[in-house]
Amino acid sequence: MGFKILEKAQLGPDSILMRVSAPHVAKNAKPGQFIILRPHEKGERIPLTIARTDKEKGEVTIIFQVVGKSTKYLSLLKEGDEIPDFVGPLGRPTEIENFGTVACLGGGFGTAVLYPLVRALREAGNYVIVINGARSANLLILENELKELSHEYYVTTDDGTKGLKGFVTDMLRKLLEDGKHIDRVFAVGPVPMMKSVADLTKNWNIKTIVSLNPIMVDGTGMCGVCRVNVGGETKFACVDGPEFDAHLVDFDLLMKRLAMYKDLEKYSYELFLKELEDKECPGKC
Amino acid sequence: MSGKMLNLNRTPMPKRDPKERIKTFDEVALGYTEEDALKEASRCLQCSRPFCVEGCPVHIKIPQFIKKITEKDYIGAVKIIKEDNPLPAVCGRVCPQEEQCELKCVLNKKGAPIAIGRLERFVADYEAQLGLSEKPEIMSPKGKKVAVVGSGPAGLVCASELAKMGYDVTIFESLHEAGGVLVYGIPQFRLPKEIVKREVEYIKSLGVKVVTNFYVGRTRTIDELMNEDGFEAVFIGTGAGLPKFMGIPGENLLGIYSANEFLTRINLMRAYKFPEYDTPIKVGKVVAVIGGGNVAMDAARSSLRAGAEKVYIIYRRTRDEMPARAEEIENAEEEGIEFMFLVNPVKYEGDERGWVKTMILQRMALGEPDESGRRRPYPVEGSEFPLAVDTVVVAIGQVPTPIIANTTPGLQVHPKWGTLVANLKTGATTKPGVFAGGDVVTGAATVILAAGAGKTAAKYIDYYLNNKNKPNIWDELFNAQ
Repeated sequence: MGFKILEKAQLGPDSILMRVSAPHVAKNAKPGQFIILRPHEKGERIPLTIARTDKEKGEVTIIFQVVGKSTKYLSLLKEGDEIPDFVGPLGRPTEIENFGTVACLGGGFGTAVLYPLVRALREAGNYVIVINGARSANLLILENELKELSHEYYVTTDDGTKGLKGFVTDMLRKLLEDGKHIDRVFAVGPVPMMKSVADLTKNWNIKTIVSLNPIMVDGTGMCGVCRVNVGGETKFACVDGPEFDAHLVDFDLLMKRLAMYKDLEKYSYELFLKELEDKECPGKC
Repeated sequence: MSGKMLNLNRTPMPKRDPKERIKTFDEVALGYTEEDALKEASRCLQCSRPFCVEGCPVHIKIPQFIKKITEKDYIGAVKIIKEDNPLPAVCGRVCPQEEQCELKCVLNKKGAPIAIGRLERFVADYEAQLGLSEKPEIMSPKGKKVAVVGSGPAGLVCASELAKMGYDVTIFESLHEAGGVLVYGIPQFRLPKEIVKREVEYIKSLGVKVVTNFYVGRTRTIDELMNEDGFEAVFIGTGAGLPKFMGIPGENLLGIYSANEFLTRINLMRAYKFPEYDTPIKVGKVVAVIGGGNVAMDAARSSLRAGAEKVYIIYRRTRDEMPARAEEIENAEEEGIEFMFLVNPVKYEGDERGWVKTMILQRMALGEPDESGRRRPYPVEGSEFPLAVDTVVVAIGQVPTPIIANTTPGLQVHPKWGTLVANLKTGATTKPGVFAGGDVVTGAATVILAAGAGKTAAKYIDYYLNNKNKPNIWDELFNAQ
């Protein structure tokens, strides 16, 4: 008995949204939490952000980026197909309260994590600034949704194809230098982006929360592969996080640990792409 | 005793050759042939007061099932076992019989005890080979729902006992496969996963529902199960799943695994079959496994099969204090694993990419016995020396994950061990309607002790549900002597 895909939509070149029937997960899911799924019977367990839930209908929306075999496999599933394993909600929910003015920074794919967070922060009465950044304009996701949910919305692109040319930190620095008062910052994205946000906000003394994305296996606190160093202490991101105080996180360690299986991941992905190619052209065209 | 000559020698069980077996994950012990089983069973004295039964945590009627073997009624034998233990093929393989039933066997005084475990395994495998699945009698439905959290040995046995009594039982499992430590922890070469699957199917055939991908504490809380979902009692058998680390410098370097991660990747995720299976694992040429228990032996022997050339067991005490089963230590030795005793790592050093390269070991000496009765090791100052390693597996123990206790008000936890506080005689916790047993209560122990705890809890869950309105029922269960 699997979990049925009710809707599938392409958000960007490699970004895909899936609405999945998972009533047990939907019932208790809160912003900041994630699910773990296994795309097929020989698949690995991968953590993905919960972008949205509909408790009444028992639906969970996930957004993911195709980066390797598992996500590629997932992206090839169609509406009506079933995902064999889908467990959650996992991790601690985000601490949501009325902080005052909050800035939410999404870098590249991290923007998917921001989406439920921005909604919850807004509902809690915050003044919400969103900075949505990507390498290039075509890689920006959830633009309309975030624009609608936020009080102020900014875009940055590395190549300047849209919004400010530069990084999300450049925009944040600009706002701060222009005298904007910000009570709390949330940043989700690639590790170097989160690290540079942390460096910036440390100087301005603004509490900053990051959502970390280490490698996970079970996601239930059992294996410890997701261990991160926070303030000199080892924490398991799956049960103690995934959100932590950015000023205490050892980002260099996180980056190294994320790279642990890079070569094997690449090998597996290439093998799979070749398999797909052979399937499309059985006689080598 | 009759005038018949006593045979004091156990019938040996065939095993795969160490040189060959370390190349695959195939099961090492091959099990008795019918001839072996008949020979071994004929040694049983059929004691009128069988001590072996007292030594069994689930009280299998051992002489009776062995008698059936001598009569060549193997199915009759397995039927007798299943009256008390729904997991004969598992327990026949992984129980420490030498500390339990076989320890109590009267033949011990004169020679070797009956190989009860091997006989249990033989009849269970015999049944499996015929594709049969003997079922005990199931009482008429009681119309009462009980939730079992965790599908390891404690949960499986508790669920099957309750199902036999007519309860409507659902097991909730957080992983994608049922079996708990039997699937993620114990390797294929000791306990083939097909066997676990078969025993889980058998328990389902008794009417137990198994819901995987359901993490109690997050997906639903215990209170929600009881107050909203109609479960009248809950059994927590979530084991000891939180790996302990030593907290020494460099422990987060790449290539350092908890035993849980290492074994989960290999067993549950089948990483040894990468890239056919998607989950990878990296096992270097030189592997050091820290710890002296069964989990350490499993990790060491798995390392060899995953391609390591040299595997060390690093243990801070001596062979005499090792908690692993003698049989597993012997297997590890046969396979060429090197044991380093009276040493303990104090730190790790890595390369520029963050991979572990060297572990610094410190020599230890043994002092006075500690609370476990084993002599306490203490470090020898200035005795540090390096050992070059590519992979390290930390197998120094597991404690229960705090998630259920944290999300269940009223559930008390032992402040030092993190285990749930429960009456060992009844399984009653500090929260009315909630029972617990197995590693989550005792800390990491054995499959059969967990199974025994599941069985005990089932009995008292039944008692509780029959006497729910009795005044002070929970005090009675929690304070039972």
